[in-house]
Amino acid sequence: MNGLTFDIAHLLAGGLVLVSFMMLYQDRLFALINVFAVHAIVLALSVAWQAYIQDAHHLYVTAAIALIFKAIVIPVGLHRIIQRLGIHRDIETAVGIGPTMLAGIGLVTLSMVLMLRVTSGADPLAREDLAFALSIILLGLLVMVTRRNAVSQVVGFMSLENGLVLAATGAKGMPLVVEISVAFSILIAFIVIGVFLFRIRERFDSVDVGALDDYRGEHR
Amino acid sequence: MTAFSLDAVAAILLIPVVAAALLAALPNYRLAAGLNVAASLLTLLAALSLFVTDRPQPGQYLLVDDLNIVFIVLNAFVGFTTSVFSASYIAHELDTGRLTASNLRFYHAMYQIMMFGMNLAFVSNNIGLMWVAVELATLTTVLMVGIYRTHEALEAAWKYFILGSVGIALALFGTILVYMAAQPVVGEGTNAMVWTVLIAHAAHFDPALLNVAFVFLLLGYGTKVGLAPLHAWLPDAHAEGPTPISAVLSGLLLNVALYAVLRFKLLLAASPEAIATGPLMITMGLTSLVFAAFMLYRRRDIKRLFAYSSIEHMGIIVFAFGMGGPLANFAGLLHMVMHSLTKSAIFFTVGHIAQVKGTQNITEIRGLTETHPALGWALVIGVVAIAGLPPSGIFMSEFLVVSSTFARHPFLAVPLVFGILLAFGALLLRLTGVAFGEPRGSTAPAEASYIPMYSHLALVFAAGIYLPPPLVTWFQHVANLLG
Repeated sequence: MNGLTFDIAHLLAGGLVLVSFMMLYQDRLFALINVFAVHAIVLALSVAWQAYIQDAHHLYVTAAIALIFKAIVIPVGLHRIIQRLGIHRDIETAVGIGPTMLAGIGLVTLSMVLMLRVTSGADPLAREDLAFALSIILLGLLVMVTRRNAVSQVVGFMSLENGLVLAATGAKGMPLVVEISVAFSILIAFIVIGVFLFRIRERFDSVDVGALDDYRGEHR
Repeated sequence: MTAFSLDAVAAILLIPVVAAALLAALPNYRLAAGLNVAASLLTLLAALSLFVTDRPQPGQYLLVDDLNIVFIVLNAFVGFTTSVFSASYIAHELDTGRLTASNLRFYHAMYQIMMFGMNLAFVSNNIGLMWVAVELATLTTVLMVGIYRTHEALEAAWKYFILGSVGIALALFGTILVYMAAQPVVGEGTNAMVWTVLIAHAAHFDPALLNVAFVFLLLGYGTKVGLAPLHAWLPDAHAEGPTPISAVLSGLLLNVALYAVLRFKLLLAASPEAIATGPLMITMGLTSLVFAAFMLYRRRDIKRLFAYSSIEHMGIIVFAFGMGGPLANFAGLLHMVMHSLTKSAIFFTVGHIAQVKGTQNITEIRGLTETHPALGWALVIGVVAIAGLPPSGIFMSEFLVVSSTFARHPFLAVPLVFGILLAFGALLLRLTGVAFGEPRGSTAPAEASYIPMYSHLALVFAAGIYLPPPLVTWFQHVANLLG
């Protein structure tokens, strides 16, 4: 592997972690979704680059799914949902931005230390991809736990899933990657439809997950 | 013969798929319920035929071995009895207007797709395929949990969805790590995900990668098993969905995830330098057991009560498998089978009780043995069995778990016995009010199907009194395989 291909792969994967960080401090839903669209575009570039250097043409399908479905269809759909629901106000973050960023830095450090140590035998590109992927997964989880709004939890989950796709494409020659990315897209489509249904059915006045807690079966 | 048994595996997978397609197209719900039962029966027969025919050679995707046959047959059996129960349950739901005919079409099709997903997870020889199958089974159950479209049902489905998705995402990361560990040894491509190939070469895998992978897999699939810090979805999903789904969730879906954990445990056991998986599983198992036992005391909803009891029992099972060794594994396997049978029988009973009384609130259900003797006594027998009183099969498996713990790690026996006794107390406390006491609520006669619940309970008590030697030999053999 020559230096340039490695550098580009490294740049794209690192960029993905950076965009994950950008998600942590967005306090408006529209901005959060736009950042997610950027996340998906960087993922698509990264996967396409992997497809090119590994000479694995089926990965272009995964890249195309990331670009069309996650960078265009889902963000546009979510924008519409938010407008219909009239919740384009500030996101109520459960934890302040400062502590969240610090926690994010801690998580990235943790995943670097962990993955780089255990994968010392593996090929350097796959190694760094895995370390970045774990950082993205943990940051996605962090987004999910620091937000109380259902839409932003979905965005957190989708960024987590982008991390998984990065890991799967980085593992050279892994079978079923395309199938798994399709399966995940279906899952996400279900989640988004689910959010939409909450409103369509008019069972909930708000998509604030905190409000859902009031309906806990135990308090009847 | 080989061709025939390959057909048996194909039948286990294809019957549910074909049935799902037919059921989705069938508007008449009575016919659909009948077809659902017939398809489940055929699947059960196909599963049983696996015992007598030669096994197919393990391929890149499918595998039948001594371990998964137990799970497949149990799955098909409970799937069949639940479909019988479901037929009488949904008729009542339709009468009371909680479900519409189009809901039912969806429900029946989803039921068969769920059976397909679970069967696929069991027979898959490919860790990627297994992951997809578990995801499929999860998705279908999410949709069915939310089928009533009430506040509570949607919230339960949402919670299940988000937690289940996170769990499944972690499991996928673990799966990728296993592939990364295998790839330098086995080479690129599908072979590095084939379980039989992996286990043959596991000794040469990078142990550090395998260790990290197992932690992710245990957390990921452990979420679906309902292990303690990750269990939050389980009680809601059990309480708010239709009762047949509660029965298959507790009786079957938890086993699917447990089976996945066991497969990866075997993989780590085959690698001499990898960490011992036992202590991790013992810790999670004991935490679940003790936590769930305490939670049992505060329940007011009857389905939620038994959902927590499922967490408790999964804790015991994971603990037993974590201990390892022939005796504890034997106890774990037996406990798993007995728990599936008993818990689904209890949910069959509770489903009819909730329909008759029109509530799931424990305080409003009183004196069942007087007003509805058949249901009331089924509940009494079921709770006696699940609480682990002799002569039920659960008494035997719990006794084996406890005695093997005393023999090997006496200190661990203290929290184990404490948890079991605590849960025992909570269940009996609730039972006395519900089953005996002054009758309260509706006394209308129940239109219930008693055959599924009583046949399960009969099996559980028969197993507690006499286990046929061939079955014992089989379980011992599987227990030895589990190391």
